[in-house]
Amino acid sequence: MDTLLIQTLNSLFYASILFLIACGLSLVYGVMRIVNMAHGNLYAFGAYVAAWVIGLVVDSLHWTLLFVLLLSGAVAAAAAGAVLEPLLLRPLYKRAEEYQLLMTFGLLLILEDVMRLLWGPHPLTASALSDALASVSILGVTYPVYNLFVIVVGGVAAVCLWAFVYRTRFGVMLRATSQDMRMASALGINVKRVYVQAFTLGCLMAGLGGAVVMPISGAVLGMGVDALILAFVVVVIGGLGSLEGALAGALIVGFVRTLGITYFAEVELAVLYLIAAVVLFVRPAGLFARA
Amino acid sequence: MSPAPARPGLLSRLELGGAVVAAAVLVAVPLVAAPFQTITVCYGLVFAIAALGFNLLLGYTGLLSFGHSAYFGMGAYVAAMLVKYLGWTSMEGFLVAGTIGSALMAGLFGLVCVRYTRIFFSILTLALSQVLWSLALKLFWVTGGTDGLRVPTPTLLFGSLAPTSDKMDFLAYRYYYYVLALFVVSVVVMWLIVHSPFGKALQAIRDNETRAEFVGVQVRRYRWIAFVVSGAFTGLAGTLWVPLNGLTTPDILYWPFSGRIVFFVVLGGFKTFWGPILGALAYNYLETYAVGFTIYWQLVLGIVLVLLVLTMPQGLAGTVEALARRLRRPALT
Repeated sequence: MDTLLIQTLNSLFYASILFLIACGLSLVYGVMRIVNMAHGNLYAFGAYVAAWVIGLVVDSLHWTLLFVLLLSGAVAAAAAGAVLEPLLLRPLYKRAEEYQLLMTFGLLLILEDVMRLLWGPHPLTASALSDALASVSILGVTYPVYNLFVIVVGGVAAVCLWAFVYRTRFGVMLRATSQDMRMASALGINVKRVYVQAFTLGCLMAGLGGAVVMPISGAVLGMGVDALILAFVVVVIGGLGSLEGALAGALIVGFVRTLGITYFAEVELAVLYLIAAVVLFVRPAGLFARA
Repeated sequence: MSPAPARPGLLSRLELGGAVVAAAVLVAVPLVAAPFQTITVCYGLVFAIAALGFNLLLGYTGLLSFGHSAYFGMGAYVAAMLVKYLGWTSMEGFLVAGTIGSALMAGLFGLVCVRYTRIFFSILTLALSQVLWSLALKLFWVTGGTDGLRVPTPTLLFGSLAPTSDKMDFLAYRYYYYVLALFVVSVVVMWLIVHSPFGKALQAIRDNETRAEFVGVQVRRYRWIAFVVSGAFTGLAGTLWVPLNGLTTPDILYWPFSGRIVFFVVLGGFKTFWGPILGALAYNYLETYAVGFTIYWQLVLGIVLVLLVLTMPQGLAGTVEALARRLRRPALT
């Protein structure tokens, strides 16, 4: 019973990080039909910026304020996205999609080294945050409160994103553009602006994901690439371009990973990729694909 | 746009001249260059074989694989396993087993992958290659995990050329010519494939799948065959790569390595036959020197790739071709 509870919480923890990464990947694909291979690096960028900012002020501020500073990672990633989309992706929308993939692959290589250049090869972390919250006892099981905080952040982000996409005027424009870009454009929607906003929003979520995971796993080189591959599995299972799919995919991958680490650690990754391959084989567009 | 010359099956005079000059230069390399330089070119030739195989899919069939590390790595690991478990030392044995092994793996993965095109094809090839990577990484009692498997220098030509005590010397002369010979064979075979009716059918599929199907091309089957042939070429390259490196690690199965193969081909230009070869040689030089000159070589490569996509989408070969055309017919520009 205890193990079951801990494993469930761990799964939810993974799932909430994965959702934060994958929802942006899916959103960008849904709106712009681009698979952003540099998405994982924006997640890593969020982690680095948050660790750096918090590291600067960790001794002078009260620990509750440090939690607010986690948002710096999300903002920084969003700002990066707002610059990168018009600069590097916009010239390519009319070209074959191979070029878009290649561009984002080039961006991945650049961002990876820019982070090494800025913050050096050593991991950064801000464990003051996870230490500040200690542990709590749930049904006789001790569990770190910070992990619960991450689960809550993931949940809140999912609800906010859902409300944003399905309950606001901007969301309507976003969905209209994603369904038929030319028609939306003909109806007076500024598609260029929607593209920048969607890309920025995706990066914001990724940056947030990076920032909240940082106090636990640190900001390390290569974390972006690892996250990207898992996010691919998530969106392939859930269906590229679908937010519900990203959520379902994140939960599935989160639970399988937790099970995998416990029972079949050697082939855990292989099992995940095989699940993705099987889903793609049976339902090519993913479990929650739109028609 | 078409990679084929006006008279299919025949080399244009320019191409023939270029090929002869290039072959002469490649034969002369070990005689004039230092062993280190020769080995760098040797790596380039190995990568060029992989790039040729990859481009059968991207340039001729219109499928962008992001999982070719699987077949390159398969070739390398088959050779390494044969050394470790069966004690084989013959390079010919490795080549046959490595090529067949990768072709089988491509045949298996291909069954799933060729059902899709475009982005789904790319993601699926990527995901499947990562299955192999994670197995190579995690099943360390079989594959050595991150330490990889060591591969001693093999004997060449059915045991008649044993490795000498000076490994560098052996690799820079005998092994270089061995690789060069196989490279020439690969180029000729690939040239014949893309100019055969089968190659034409692939190009028809690339340009318009529906029409190709309408004139009787079995699209999925042809794609599968192209996938297997592509995997076999890449596997051959992987097997040839192992003795050069002396070691195979899961890194060559990891997806950035697939990205590197993509890079060769885009750098050279995937709309031409020769582009991938040029790209592999050029990339290999770029990387060898960028690594020596800065630790931020990924940054250099990334910037090069971004600039290529923005300003030279036809790659090196495509740009040279366009320039040549412009020089020949100045009135039309």
